[in-house]
Amino acid sequence: MPNQTETPWIRKAKSVANGIRRRALELTIKRNGCYLSQALSSAEILAALYSRILNIGPSTGDPVPGPFPGVPRPGFHPLGADYNGPRQPELDRLLLSAAHYAVAVYAALVETGRMAPEGLEQFNTDGSSVEMIGGEHSPGMELTTGSFGQALSQAGGIAMARRLKEESGKVWVFMSDGEFEEGQTYEAVQALVNFELDNVAVFVDVNGQQVDGAIEEVMRIEPLASRLEGFGAKVVSVDGHNLQALEDASRTHHENRPLFILCYTDTARGVPLLQKRKPHLHFVRFKDETERQEFAGFLEGME
Amino acid sequence: MMDLLRQVHERNLVRWAKDKPEVVVFSGDLTGSTEIRAFRDAYPGRFFSLGMAEQNMMSWAGGMAREGYSPFIHTFAVFLYRRALDQIEMSIAYPNLRVRMFGFLPGITTPGGVSHQAIDDIAVLRGLPNMTILETGDATDVESVLDTAHGIDGPVYVRMIRKEIPRLFPSDQPMELNKVRRIREGTDVTVITSGICTEEAMRAAAALESRGLSVEHLHATTIKPFSDPQVVESCARAKYGVVTLENHNVMGGLGTSVAELMAEHGIGKRLVKLGLFDTYAHGASREYLMKEYHLDALSLVERLEELTEERFGISEEELTAVRVSDFNSEGQLEAL
Repeated sequence: MPNQTETPWIRKAKSVANGIRRRALELTIKRNGCYLSQALSSAEILAALYSRILNIGPSTGDPVPGPFPGVPRPGFHPLGADYNGPRQPELDRLLLSAAHYAVAVYAALVETGRMAPEGLEQFNTDGSSVEMIGGEHSPGMELTTGSFGQALSQAGGIAMARRLKEESGKVWVFMSDGEFEEGQTYEAVQALVNFELDNVAVFVDVNGQQVDGAIEEVMRIEPLASRLEGFGAKVVSVDGHNLQALEDASRTHHENRPLFILCYTDTARGVPLLQKRKPHLHFVRFKDETERQEFAGFLEGME
Repeated sequence: MMDLLRQVHERNLVRWAKDKPEVVVFSGDLTGSTEIRAFRDAYPGRFFSLGMAEQNMMSWAGGMAREGYSPFIHTFAVFLYRRALDQIEMSIAYPNLRVRMFGFLPGITTPGGVSHQAIDDIAVLRGLPNMTILETGDATDVESVLDTAHGIDGPVYVRMIRKEIPRLFPSDQPMELNKVRRIREGTDVTVITSGICTEEAMRAAAALESRGLSVEHLHATTIKPFSDPQVVESCARAKYGVVTLENHNVMGGLGTSVAELMAEHGIGKRLVKLGLFDTYAHGASREYLMKEYHLDALSLVERLEELTEERFGISEEELTAVRVSDFNSEGQLEAL
């Protein structure tokens, strides 16, 4: 039963978020392995971005992505960003910093009509541009960011260039919390604040998890909000599964400074079966056929 | 006596960039040391101080290049390729962006010691796909490297010399991409040099020629790509063999490039690679270090004596008479 008090965009975004989870789980079962927990923690963030927050045009990418087009070279630059619409002065950009979230972005593109479901079928198959950890040739990606902590600096360069060109569009960055262990992230925050770049806004998926386990156990990064505030950034902390809270946070005024939206999330959200495997969820692969069947059964019952 | 000029890049960059609004200059807290103070004062809107944060600076440059600007990054070479290599690879080289990295203090050109001496930059960066590597050896190279770099659709690393530098080549003969400068024609030995070593070799070659040794001398300004047919031709006809001299580790630099080219073309000649012999250096004057590490004119003469099994009777005084300058002045007193 749809909630009668929900606005139409929230209803739509909820279905996008559910679709992201369902498609990621489907792939995990089919391929016996995927970055599933990242899709579960970020589903609402990406749903809110693509269905409400981003001011972008329709996709100009092929509905079914072509094969890997080769690496960038003189005279040729692949543009996965085509799926985020045309590059225009007044339009926004979305830069994916944590490229391991690729599957979640691909699923979001399918759910919002920017890529055909057949595109996702190619996920992590040889010769496809729909790669497991994508690059700038992959749908929805403008940068090549599998090495963490570099997108925020690149976003700074892009935002500075757009300011020089007097473009009004905003530069949105999607980061993961693990990237706040990298020194470059703090260099970037320092520079964004130094240059007063208020055309940059960052969503951080604070899911508290990294390859070796819980961030709390591996390398503590909290208190993230006061760290960033100490640098001079504007910071808002929200429940990263609350669509309305995400949208409200995105409208925060942050004159003369970058905005960081810390989205606290759960890596098992929507698939409670995963709870028992925490905190080792960086790459979900099933132990045996029984476990795989258990998840397949759960998938059948999903919305 | 050759001409010595000061602050060539400082003046030239301002003139050259005048009608190029897409060129922006980044400084890594070394504005005076990399000769971009005049650019900062002339075009403050195109000058960005990125501070001591090289990883961020490299990725930031990649971002601006994606938007159509051409960032000219200025800092000491070591802080580019050592400290921010992954950023150069992922934010600049892989996407093949028009970022120009000006690395100062190549090899032993600084008394700043091991932390400031870029002795393996070519070895490291040569392995990066899409990367072009240029090296300057005189005022004309320093002036014309801007046009050469600007014409390349992709990232460029430039080994820059600064302050008091000689003009070895006429100012109307700019460097050309992947083309060596042929300084002297000869048939006994082929000497291939780059950067500050070229001036040393010019002195040595002149003295050797007067003793009857026929020297072919090439000056390389493009280190990558490295496929000029002139190099192949010159190596093939050298009676005694080929000698390379570079202000860099003998592994992975000019000598290695020459070795690869000779092998690929089946040139079965001896190759003597001179440079830093797989060692780090230390802080001292450039002249002292050039002697200590055998990068100077006299060392080249001595190695050629070994190669040809002849004695030329050339003295240090004869070689140094060509250029005299006060090396103990500000070169050693500068704050690094």
